[in-house]
Amino acid sequence: MDTSTESRTGSRPVGYRRDDLDVHPPYDSPAYRSTQYRHPTRPLILLPHSLSEITGPVFGHEAVQASDRDLTHQHHGEPIGERIVVSGRLLDGDGKPVRNSLVEIWQANAAGRYAHGVDQHPAPLDPNFSGTGRCLTDDEGRYEFITIKPGAYPWGNHTNAWRPAHIHFSVFGPAFATRLVTQMYFPGDPLFDHDPIFQSVRDPRDRQRLVSSFDLGLTQPEWALGYRFDIVVRGREATPLEEP
Amino acid sequence: MSARLLPTPSQTVGPFFEFGLLRPAQPNLVPPETPDSIRIEGTVFDGQGRPVPDAMLEIWQASPSGRYAHPGDFRSDLPIDQHFSGFGRNGTDAGGGYWFRTVKPGIVPWLDGRPQAPHLNVSVFARGLVHRLVTRMYFPDEAEANAADPVLASVQDPRARATLIAVAGDGVLRFDLHLQGEGETCFFQI
Repeated sequence: MDTSTESRTGSRPVGYRRDDLDVHPPYDSPAYRSTQYRHPTRPLILLPHSLSEITGPVFGHEAVQASDRDLTHQHHGEPIGERIVVSGRLLDGDGKPVRNSLVEIWQANAAGRYAHGVDQHPAPLDPNFSGTGRCLTDDEGRYEFITIKPGAYPWGNHTNAWRPAHIHFSVFGPAFATRLVTQMYFPGDPLFDHDPIFQSVRDPRDRQRLVSSFDLGLTQPEWALGYRFDIVVRGREATPLEEP
Repeated sequence: MSARLLPTPSQTVGPFFEFGLLRPAQPNLVPPETPDSIRIEGTVFDGQGRPVPDAMLEIWQASPSGRYAHPGDFRSDLPIDQHFSGFGRNGTDAGGGYWFRTVKPGIVPWLDGRPQAPHLNVSVFARGLVHRLVTRMYFPDEAEANAADPVLASVQDPRARATLIAVAGDGVLRFDLHLQGEGETCFFQI
């Protein structure tokens, strides 16, 4: 490379380690019927990580308000249901905290109903619960939400199909390459064995990382049970990528 | 070597993300009156050619100078616009349609310093997608730069390559996405 190019590009970017694809569900997961016509059939093209992939959106404190992390205080009254604290750390694959990173959540209410027009489940809406929250991680990568434990709800995937109680999580991590949307579940849910979305993750050890753990330390006396859920996005390559 | 942690598996965004993730300002990366701004429109289709009304798209792009608004972009000699985050998000409507308003990104270097043609990095989420899909949108008026782009060149099948380039329309750029089947969009493993 000539020196003029060198000065424009500086050092070669360091990419992110590729996840073992077996960790994530296969796009074609037949038991989850909606995947049938929505999964690509052609092999994905391997994309080396340039600046386009090792950078990603940065959200500042203007993106969130303090009240966004307390889903029980977004309306005039308190929502119905079991108040809980959900907290954990956003870490990379080397255990390093991902700081000042946006975490977004959304969920059904205690009766298993989403505040969304398309949700036709005949369970009551709660005028005091929207079910959406966001916050930035702190210097240790920690986030914390106060919310209501969501209810299970039926869906049309197959006869008598029920989703286990879950909270949707959206995280960015440090780069476009680390973007992740997932769901957090609650320990010991009897619906795990019957849910094709949870089961779309093939290895039970991988599925276990979607299940939060009850945490007495997070539990606040006379007020709310605490659940811990750490989220891991992939880490950096140790050395600069070679040209493929 | 430090202990490696296993990644958290992906799960579908589901059908009910709209109230949790979408905000009115997100599709506008620039104010609508911005000179030289571009409207990008498209429809997301499934493998039966039906529109997908519950998909979410995110775009991530460099500024017109070719710099990403991120500390990992080390090219401090390039100007950065404090008001341009480079990130946009929108959901599809009942007809599977989505839109963004933005400005064309500049040139970003490839691993070896060669220029990449201007492009948007695109993530697709939807009910029935258990893991996001990643693609890129290139610009139809950049034929020369596109011909020299290392990522486009890595796509051997010309029909698949063509799915990565938007189509110039009446004052808009059209970028349709086909999740499966005839005209299936080229998706990347990143």
